[in-house]
Amino acid sequence: MKALFLSLIMVVLWAGAPIKEGYEVGDTATDFKLKNVDGKMVSLSDFKNAKGFIVIFDCNTCPYSKAYNERIMALNKKYASVGYPVVAINANDASKSSGDSFEEMVRVAKEKGYDFPYLVDESQTVAKAFGATNTPHVYVLTKDLKIAYIGAIDDSARKAEAVTKKYVETAVDELLAGKKVTTSKTKAIGCGIKWKSV
Amino acid sequence: MKQSLALIFWLISFPLFSQEIESLKLADFQKILQTPNEKVLVVNFWATWCAPCIKELPLLEKLHQQNAGVQVLLVSMDYDLDPDIEKVVRFQNRKKLQAKILFLTENDPNAWIDKIDKHWSGALPATLVINTKTKKRELVQGELAEGQLEELIKKVNN
Repeated sequence: MKALFLSLIMVVLWAGAPIKEGYEVGDTATDFKLKNVDGKMVSLSDFKNAKGFIVIFDCNTCPYSKAYNERIMALNKKYASVGYPVVAINANDASKSSGDSFEEMVRVAKEKGYDFPYLVDESQTVAKAFGATNTPHVYVLTKDLKIAYIGAIDDSARKAEAVTKKYVETAVDELLAGKKVTTSKTKAIGCGIKWKSV
Repeated sequence: MKQSLALIFWLISFPLFSQEIESLKLADFQKILQTPNEKVLVVNFWATWCAPCIKELPLLEKLHQQNAGVQVLLVSMDYDLDPDIEKVVRFQNRKKLQAKILFLTENDPNAWIDKIDKHWSGALPATLVINTKTKKRELVQGELAEGQLEELIKKVNN
C-alpha cells in the first residue's frame, strides 16, 4: 500500500515536472534504436560512412507528408550517396491514427519503394527528445549528432515547382561545403504529431 | 482600411447564421488580433483535412453559441495546400458551422507563423485565447480538452 502511495506521488511529481522542449540548433542529439519496416533495429551509429543525417519525423496519413513524399525520396537519392542519408521516423500513436500502424508503414514503404529506413517510434520517446511537433519535421544532424538545421523541407508544401527556398538542401549543401548553415531554423504548417493520451 | 473596418464591424455584431467566409491577408488578420475588443478572442487554427481539428470544432461552436462575451474565429489554414476557398465553404455548409471563419491567403508559412505567435510550431490544431485589451494570451497546441477554453478565458480575464 505504502509502495503504491509512493509510486503515485512519483507519477504526480513526474507529470508536474516541466517538459523539456527538445533540441535546439547546436545541441547534440542522443542516438536511438528503433525498429525499421524490415523488422531490423536501426541506430544512427549503424551508418559507418555517413557525414551526417537527414532525420525526418513523418507519417503515412498527413496530407503534408503525402505532399512531400516524392521530395523526401528525392532528398535521399541526392544526399545518401554523398554521406547524408534520410532516416524517417513515424511517431504517431496508431490507436489515434490507424493508418499509421507499423503494418501500414510496411505497406507504404513497399508501395513507394522507400530506399531509406522508415522507423517506428512507438513509445514516442525519440520524437519527444528531438522536440518534433509536425509531420514532416526535419532535423539535419552532423556526424557527431550535432543539430545543424530544424524545420521544413522547403517553402511550398502545395507545389514542388513553386519552391523558392529549399531549406534542407541548402543546409546540407552548406555542411558538405564546410560552411555554417545560414537558415538553421524554419517553421511550417503541418499535422501535429498524434501523441498518446496521458 | 475599408476591409479592416468591415472586419471590426462584425466583431462587435452577434451573428446567428452561417456567415460568409472572409478571405484575408496576414496584415488584416494581425489587426484583428491587436485591435482592442470588448470580447475575448478565441482563435482556432484548423484545416478541412485535419481530423483532430474537426473533432474539436463542436467545442468551439458551442462556445460561439453560448458565450456572448467571446468572439470565436476559426482560421482556416487550408490555403497552404489548396488555394481554393470553395472547399472550406462546402465544409462550412456541410457542418452547418456558425462561428466566423477566416481564410488566410499567405504563402511561405515560415515568414509569418512567428508573427501570429512565436511559441506556435505551426502544427494543427492550435488555439489562441486573447484578451485584446490587456494583451494577455494563452496558446494551446494540439487538441482542446472539454472545459479547457473556459479555463483559459478566465485566465486571460484575470
